[in-house]
Amino acid sequence: MWKYIPLVLFFGLLGFLARGLDLDPSELPSPLIEQAAPDFKLQSLYDASEYGPESFAGDVWLFNVWASWCRACITEHPVLEQLDDIEGLTMVGLNHKDVLDDGRTWLNRFGNPFDTVVFDQQGSTGINWGVYGVPETFIMDKKGTVRYKHIGPISEEDLNTILLPLIKQLQAEQA
Amino acid sequence: MLDRYQRITKTAIIRACVVLCLVLLPMGEAQLAETVLKFENDEQSALYLRLTEEFRCLKCQNQNLADSNADLAQDLRNEIYQAVVSGQGRQEISDYLVARYGDFVLYRPPVKKITYLLWFGPFVLLLFAIIGGWRLITRKPVIDAPEPSDALEDARRRLED
Repeated sequence: MWKYIPLVLFFGLLGFLARGLDLDPSELPSPLIEQAAPDFKLQSLYDASEYGPESFAGDVWLFNVWASWCRACITEHPVLEQLDDIEGLTMVGLNHKDVLDDGRTWLNRFGNPFDTVVFDQQGSTGINWGVYGVPETFIMDKKGTVRYKHIGPISEEDLNTILLPLIKQLQAEQA
Repeated sequence: MLDRYQRITKTAIIRACVVLCLVLLPMGEAQLAETVLKFENDEQSALYLRLTEEFRCLKCQNQNLADSNADLAQDLRNEIYQAVVSGQGRQEISDYLVARYGDFVLYRPPVKKITYLLWFGPFVLLLFAIIGGWRLITRKPVIDAPEPSDALEDARRRLED
């Protein structure tokens, strides 16, 4: 019986390594999941109106962190347009560590999929939300609880397999 | 003996070096001055240094905040600096970052259920190695007496004949 132990350990190690091949080390679980959306008070990219998480209470809302300097955001943009088509989903964009004019120009050029865009030059909202790569996308339920976080650009596949079913589920939940 | 020409060149080079040093030295200091952080006391500066070494830059995962030049690391260093200067302790600052970025921001993973294998796995393997080693050492030696080979037997018989 004892002579099989190294064999068992070997295959155990092999199992862990094989699992490791499938994991993306740059995608980290967010501690914000199932927590209330972190507070912020930011001005719109376009005017002096102020917004915070409470502005979207009662809605299922998506919070996308983007910037004009972010190349991957261009890749992601068509998917955001598709999300914008969803009935009853509030799209909120956070223009993160950007220049006001650059942010506006970017949205003019590629199209604005957001219902509301807030602007944060300093990036402190990003830190509060634990943003470490742009783009990042959060989805909040009607109670304002963070239910999902996506790091990096959302692909067509992510949209169909994860986001769409989740949004449908959250919209069915009671406020 | 150096000739006159050589001596002049040598002096000129030394002078040029001295001038260059005098010009560059204050420049270096001026540039450094921009990044020097001011703390109220040594404890705060020690805490700052310790914390920036303890946290991981999530953008460049194999570097800590102190080593990384990434934008995010700079922001987080600044965040830590503000917290240290405002008198927050190590635990407070650590909790703040973990609440936002998760345990992975800590270079030293906390001991909890999910990290038991990480923390104690090596000791379990060591235990296996010790048991295996002990069994190997204390095993009864089996010494096989060499069988007299057929050839030897054959030779002996021929001698007797």
